[in-house]
Amino acid sequence: MRIGIPKETFAGEKRVATTPDVAAKLIKLGYTVAIEQGAGSAADLTDEAYQAVGVEILGDAASVWSTSDIVLKVRGPAADAANDEVASLREGGALISFLWPAQNQALLEGLAARKATVLAMDSVPRISRAQKADALSSMANIAGYRAIIEAAQNFGRFFTGQVTAAGKVPPAKVFIIGAGVAGLAAIGAANGLGAIVRATDTRPEVGDQIKSLGAEFVPVEYQEEGTGVGGYAKVMSEGYLRAQAEMIAKQCKEVDVVVTTALIPGKPAPRLITAEMVASMQPGSVIVDLAAEQGGNCEFTVPGQVVERHGVRIVGYTDLPSRMARQSSQLYATNLLRLLEEMTPGKDGEMVVNMDDEMIRGATVIKEGAITWPPPPPTLSAAPKAAPKAAAAPVAPAKPLIPPALRSLVVLGVGGLALAWLGSVAPPAFMAHLMVFVLACFVGYMVIWNVTPALHTPLMSVTNAISSIIAIGAILQISSPGALMTLLGSAALILTTVNMAGGFWVTQRMLRMFRRSE
Amino acid sequence: MSEGLVTVSYIASTILFILSLGGLSNPETSRRGNHYGIAGMAIAIIATILGPKVTSIVPVVMAMLIGGSAGIIAAQRVQMTQMPELVALMHSLVGLAAVLIGYTSYLDSSMQFEGVEKTIHEVEIYIGILIGAVTFSGSVIAFGKLSARISGKPLLLPGRHLINLAGLLAVIWFCNLFLNVESGGVGMLLLFMMTGLALAFGVHMVMAIGGADMPVVVSMLNSYSGWAASATGFMLSNDLLIVTGALVGSSGAILSYIMCRAMNRNFFSVIAGGFGTAGGTTVASEGPQGEVQPVSAEDTAELLRNASKVILVPGYGMAVAQAQHTVFEITKLLRERGVDVHFAIHPVAGRMPGHMNVLLAEAKVPYDIVAEMDEINHEFPNTDVAMVIGANDIVNPAAQDDPGSPIAGMPVLEVWKAKTSIVMKRSMASGYAGVDNPLFYKENNRMLFGDAKKMLDEVLTALRSA
Repeated sequence: MRIGIPKETFAGEKRVATTPDVAAKLIKLGYTVAIEQGAGSAADLTDEAYQAVGVEILGDAASVWSTSDIVLKVRGPAADAANDEVASLREGGALISFLWPAQNQALLEGLAARKATVLAMDSVPRISRAQKADALSSMANIAGYRAIIEAAQNFGRFFTGQVTAAGKVPPAKVFIIGAGVAGLAAIGAANGLGAIVRATDTRPEVGDQIKSLGAEFVPVEYQEEGTGVGGYAKVMSEGYLRAQAEMIAKQCKEVDVVVTTALIPGKPAPRLITAEMVASMQPGSVIVDLAAEQGGNCEFTVPGQVVERHGVRIVGYTDLPSRMARQSSQLYATNLLRLLEEMTPGKDGEMVVNMDDEMIRGATVIKEGAITWPPPPPTLSAAPKAAPKAAAAPVAPAKPLIPPALRSLVVLGVGGLALAWLGSVAPPAFMAHLMVFVLACFVGYMVIWNVTPALHTPLMSVTNAISSIIAIGAILQISSPGALMTLLGSAALILTTVNMAGGFWVTQRMLRMFRRSE
Repeated sequence: MSEGLVTVSYIASTILFILSLGGLSNPETSRRGNHYGIAGMAIAIIATILGPKVTSIVPVVMAMLIGGSAGIIAAQRVQMTQMPELVALMHSLVGLAAVLIGYTSYLDSSMQFEGVEKTIHEVEIYIGILIGAVTFSGSVIAFGKLSARISGKPLLLPGRHLINLAGLLAVIWFCNLFLNVESGGVGMLLLFMMTGLALAFGVHMVMAIGGADMPVVVSMLNSYSGWAASATGFMLSNDLLIVTGALVGSSGAILSYIMCRAMNRNFFSVIAGGFGTAGGTTVASEGPQGEVQPVSAEDTAELLRNASKVILVPGYGMAVAQAQHTVFEITKLLRERGVDVHFAIHPVAGRMPGHMNVLLAEAKVPYDIVAEMDEINHEFPNTDVAMVIGANDIVNPAAQDDPGSPIAGMPVLEVWKAKTSIVMKRSMASGYAGVDNPLFYKENNRMLFGDAKKMLDEVLTALRSA
């Protein structure tokens, strides 16, 4: 089948749906690939680079749309009078792009009328296996990184603390609200620049992820579980929201940069940063609002613009991934490739829409003209199941019969009595041997704890060799009268010398192998 | 050589043996430590031969020549992966020798005691033979299991604790009879019967223990061989044997303790055999769900190449596949390219204490990049790739997360905290403990299926070609 990639027509969109690297792999899957002239130029990808891997370059968008069985795009198709991409799609053709079917019902119907098969990259289900095709996460990752870069651009100080000849510079304090993919990427980027990073999230289990990236987790002091279906956040109760607002207000007074990433699927973005909070911030501070497109987490956010209120700059860009077009094109193209790999089981360039495959079922919003959106809810969740854990937790530890302190006393007492009895009946010669024995056990105890675990095997072979000291017993017995005793003694001596020689030899062989790196 | 000089030589050997064990605290001084051990042994043997009690030197020299050359040949031929077998086999020799010496001592008419001394001497003989026989048969079975001549699965007889208890009572009863017999013939018979029981007990005990508990068994038998030597020392009134036996015995006991602690299990529950019999928890029905993400050798090479910090976690699977040399080649290549590579060794990885360290040393991996669990566990969060080669239970997060898991509480290597973990495994079969491993289903985990050696060779080729 033939895959076509037209140039993106949305104003300011610089991304492209495939890169030369990925196109080469699509061709390997058996597809032929064609792109519109200059489709990648905004992402610094030249037509020559595409040509070099065997991609056909077509002069205009119309020929791409009309000759392709499958069209790959970033943004959903335009449907206005001047530029009707929906109408350009071949009847019965396939389209894969971002689509947001919930918000674009008309578009969905228009595509269905074309008898098209349409896969929405934003509808790829959030299951482990589908992660490789999760373009939302790829884009969120870039957005989070870029949010910090934009913040640094608009912030008048270093991010990292320095002590210079001209005085000490304190590190910037960055507060990240929402530790999803974008939030975590922002934490990583801010940390990399040397800032002090704090982050919060309604889902308590992401606390560990936040800490693992080197940030401080600021929890909301309120008892409520915030994990919704599919690893997204959900709407919280009123009491919780009050506690959260207090915590954010407190953080705003302390930090220099706030990055907000709070989104709830299918709802307008929660208003987390109020006018008073902005007013309480230091002049020169920066807020980057990644939820600007869905209405913004900050009261002052203007989508697509940087505005200044109370001396605080509020960045409301909605095209952060597009601002890193080369990188985001590469990741998006790879996500598309992974999805197409799943849909090309024969590696023969024939796309199969297998509706029994949960990943493909979730992404498919229209199949041969029939609207199949919304899909059934995902059955598997990446989050660990909570129920069995809770059931298993209250296992009461078995109560010891005797308290530990008393137990050691009892052991000591019994041992002491046994020794006292032995001392009263045994001859002095035996007691002398016993003393030697006990002392030797203690010496052994002290010495062995110092042995490094790496040498435990040589330790075993050398102690084994040393234990063949019982050869001495055999040697003494050989000289005892009687042929039988000589025979038994000799046999014992042969056995122990095998052990002795072999043990020392093999230990030496092993120890010679242990070496330092040069 | 007078009696006094012999004693002085024995003191010298005792000190040399202690120094020998002390030398093993560090790889730098370990070779010298082994030389101390050889010197101590040589002094003790020569002093004994030249001492007043030994009259016939020829059979002694003959026996030592035969035994010594056999030992050296075996030591030269053995492969490093076979070390656990060799050690088990050598333990059995010490056990058998202790049994023979015990019998000889009973037959020896030159040592005559009266009253309490006689009783004590006979108890010493009895105990010496008992420990020797258990060590012997137990070690032979351990050898069979380690060399896969016997199935590694635990053999659990019904009522095995009762059998053991009955055996113990019988042994005590025989001892009582043995101390009260008049004629040597009946005494000998009782000794034989006790030896038979002890041999059966040793077999039964080790048969009930599964493959992955072998580190405990091997170190426990090591300990027994020491106690056997000590008992022989009491029997012959020889302080050198007592001291040396005690050193070896406590060494083995400490190793057993370390191994048990590394599995968060009670020593007695390991020895009593069978996994999970102590806790009695049969959870694991609600296994982890999700799908594993397989990865190819090329992608593994790619991940390794792009990492700046890599930790490799070897397990018994590496030893089975004989993959340690390929592992070293990969390590060398990555280190040349500036990747920080370390090894993390769990105390019970492999089939005996320190097994992995010896294999890696054999493959020329420098020991300063090989770290123990406690040293390296906190480094996983800063690690780009953690690669698990043929290990399962020692990297199972259920040990920390799931209180109902049979391995709950066992300290494990936290590979899942690395940015990416790669698990090399033959198939999706569960580990020795029969516990499913949630690590495999983690989002940041990849599975590299196939024989460890073959897959690592492919990874190496991919690394070289790029």
